[in-house]
Amino acid sequence: MEDIKPQLVKITFDGIEVEVEPGTTIMQAARKIAEADESQAALVPPAMCYYKPLNASGGKCRACLVKVAQGSAKDPRPMPKLVPSCITQVQEGMVVENTTNRGVLDTRKSIVEFLLINHPLDCPICDQAGECHLQDFAFEHGSAKTRYEEERRTFDKIDIGPHVQLHMTRCILCYRCVYTADQITDKRVHGVMNRGDASEISTYIEKAIDNDFSGNVIDVCPVGALTDKTFRFKQRVWFTKPEDAHRDCDKCCGKVTLWYRGDEVLRVTARKNTWGEVNDFICNTCRFDKKKTSDWVLEGPTKVKRSSVISANKYRADLVKKPDFALKLAASQYKPVDDDRAYVTDEDTIRQQSIENNDKANHRSLLAKNN
Amino acid sequence: MAKKILTEHINVPGIETFDVYRKQGGYTAVEKAIKTMTPEEVVEEAKKSGVRGRGGAGFPMGMKWGFLAKPEGVPRYLVCNADESEPGTFKDHHLMKSIPHLLIEGMIISSYALGANKSFIYVRGELMYVIRILEKAIEEAKAQGFLGKNILGSGYDLELIVQPGGGAYICGEETALLESLEGKRGNPRNKPPFPAVKGLYQSPTVVNNVESIANMSWIINNGGDAYAAIGIGRSTGTKLISASGHIEKPGVYEIELGVSVEEFLNSDEYCGGIRKGHHLKALVAGGSSVPILPAHLIMKTANGEDRLMSYESLSDGGFATGTMLGSGGFIVFDETACIVRNTWNFSRFYHHESCGQCSPCREGTGWMEKVLHRIEHGHGSMHDVDLLVDISKKIEGNTICPLGDAAAWPVASAIRHFRDEFVWHITNPHEATQPGAVYRGEMELA
Repeated sequence: MEDIKPQLVKITFDGIEVEVEPGTTIMQAARKIAEADESQAALVPPAMCYYKPLNASGGKCRACLVKVAQGSAKDPRPMPKLVPSCITQVQEGMVVENTTNRGVLDTRKSIVEFLLINHPLDCPICDQAGECHLQDFAFEHGSAKTRYEEERRTFDKIDIGPHVQLHMTRCILCYRCVYTADQITDKRVHGVMNRGDASEISTYIEKAIDNDFSGNVIDVCPVGALTDKTFRFKQRVWFTKPEDAHRDCDKCCGKVTLWYRGDEVLRVTARKNTWGEVNDFICNTCRFDKKKTSDWVLEGPTKVKRSSVISANKYRADLVKKPDFALKLAASQYKPVDDDRAYVTDEDTIRQQSIENNDKANHRSLLAKNN
Repeated sequence: MAKKILTEHINVPGIETFDVYRKQGGYTAVEKAIKTMTPEEVVEEAKKSGVRGRGGAGFPMGMKWGFLAKPEGVPRYLVCNADESEPGTFKDHHLMKSIPHLLIEGMIISSYALGANKSFIYVRGELMYVIRILEKAIEEAKAQGFLGKNILGSGYDLELIVQPGGGAYICGEETALLESLEGKRGNPRNKPPFPAVKGLYQSPTVVNNVESIANMSWIINNGGDAYAAIGIGRSTGTKLISASGHIEKPGVYEIELGVSVEEFLNSDEYCGGIRKGHHLKALVAGGSSVPILPAHLIMKTANGEDRLMSYESLSDGGFATGTMLGSGGFIVFDETACIVRNTWNFSRFYHHESCGQCSPCREGTGWMEKVLHRIEHGHGSMHDVDLLVDISKKIEGNTICPLGDAAAWPVASAIRHFRDEFVWHITNPHEATQPGAVYRGEMELA
């Protein structure tokens, strides 16, 4: 049998050409660009609900909306609406605009606003702070002020068991934990109840989540809605030091990250990749019960991005590479002009022209006012 | 009298029973289609008729049928969307309870055309009595050999299932309807894939409105060309309009598309005019989700032409000066109606009915409702008006399903056409919050 290699699809993402396999999503193509060249990491659309290891996730938060300026080589029409890049598949010759499109960035700003209007903004007491996707998203794309004056939505507190703490007010309804419970654990007892902005993550008649893999919902939660009860209020994450470690576990792969403060293991999480997605899900025994260094074989410090709040101890704007939107926009629209008119250097002429132009402008504005 | 297709026999006593319906020429279309026509010919007639989806979007039904994927060995489904919950629309309810066999006949013909052996009617959960009427009618049709195994000796089988909805407006969106039908939470799906490729139970599915399907028996009996001859331009056939609000005779009317709005509103055959002693102030032409128009724009387009009850004429001028035919919910407001209060009311509905899946709709509908509530109760400020416009712009087009658009359009259009009324509410909070207080400034009344 011959090896049949799938025909690669070539797309243009923010002016950068990339070849990917057919069936890849726009998001994955963008991540491929960033993985090849780290300086382009800011190009990748943010993902609040999409989680590659979980089937059917994505398309809900609308944070990753991008503009498709050209649908494909065959059908070059632009797509009428912004499309979610995490679930839209690439087509040959597709041209995607993300950071080079003003409309996309404005929409993203409004998505931050929507996600934050009912969020308690209790970062100072939230255990997720420092590794919170919403915090990162708001830091990179949001504005410092809010236009929301109304009372924020709250929920009755429910207890969902000894290991996992639920803070429903912080939830952004990404559905990741629901998919995790559905796909990783055998008995799903929690899901989304009610609808609209009253929807809440809840267990079936508040039944505790009791499952060997239930702790994974903590890792997939992008915000502080599901946190580790054994780590609650122990330490800010940026004061802890992550170390990769493993142990022989009969339930899971046993590959974890230990979070140290001094010699003490404060918490255990699964290992995550650059995009904040876990590589392998781990079991509750590894996560909640094995909190001694002697339980583990250490592998060395976890690589953390320099721009991360974990290595810098705080958010640092100078380390977060913000794409130079205005410059990119100008560059994308720049066209060399073939102009053979002579430059006017005579000051009088310049003054005269400027007065004429001003008159025209004034005249126009007067007209607009009178009409 | 205008041409009647759906409601011709609706007032015959006992029309809900099989025998009376049969005597009025019922089920002859099923006989004609199954005995003398191939499924492709039936689809061809639907395409020729140019009948457009009556659920609101107005997409040509024949074209939708043409998109249905037909892989070998995979069942195909027809689902009738009877989850009519749009405020101001009540035509399907009227049709199903009065003349259920018309829908069942249409379902048999359409299922035959699409090659579906199992078809569903997803009825709004609140209409339990209609579900019983439909189930009784299905039993009758089955007893007469029009449903079940080997219909009329042709070898074609069809099972018709009536499914009560769970009581959510969002389940009227076709993919949410399919999720709900599968027994899951009624969240709309991401598209693509479209239902025509992967719909119910991951099989190719067509979802059509009750009224669209009910048209099929007339189309088969009289031919698609005869249907296309009724109406105006690309708006062919007749349409049921649910008229409500401040008019003399509210009710469901069947109109030939192309009747002028003025005739529909003022003639005795239809609405009978605005209630006595009052004037038209504003009008919602196609159910709560379409833009509201002030009196002067609903009678004439911005170009000064008469506005007609048709898909094209009502949307003339885009959203700046036009609206949409939508699902035909004709809501009339006279000068005693407060637009701010009404907009708040619509907004409250969409806030309550948002499924909560995608962020712009989940958070945005609630935000708009709260701001409108504040303005209506005299606590608004001037920047709230622009804030509302901005929120509606940010929701529109950025959501998974059209509910976001439906929530944004009424707010955006009310502010576009009645901005001074919002401003009056904000600048005169004491006056505006008195019971029955309505802005009577420079309104253009017709």
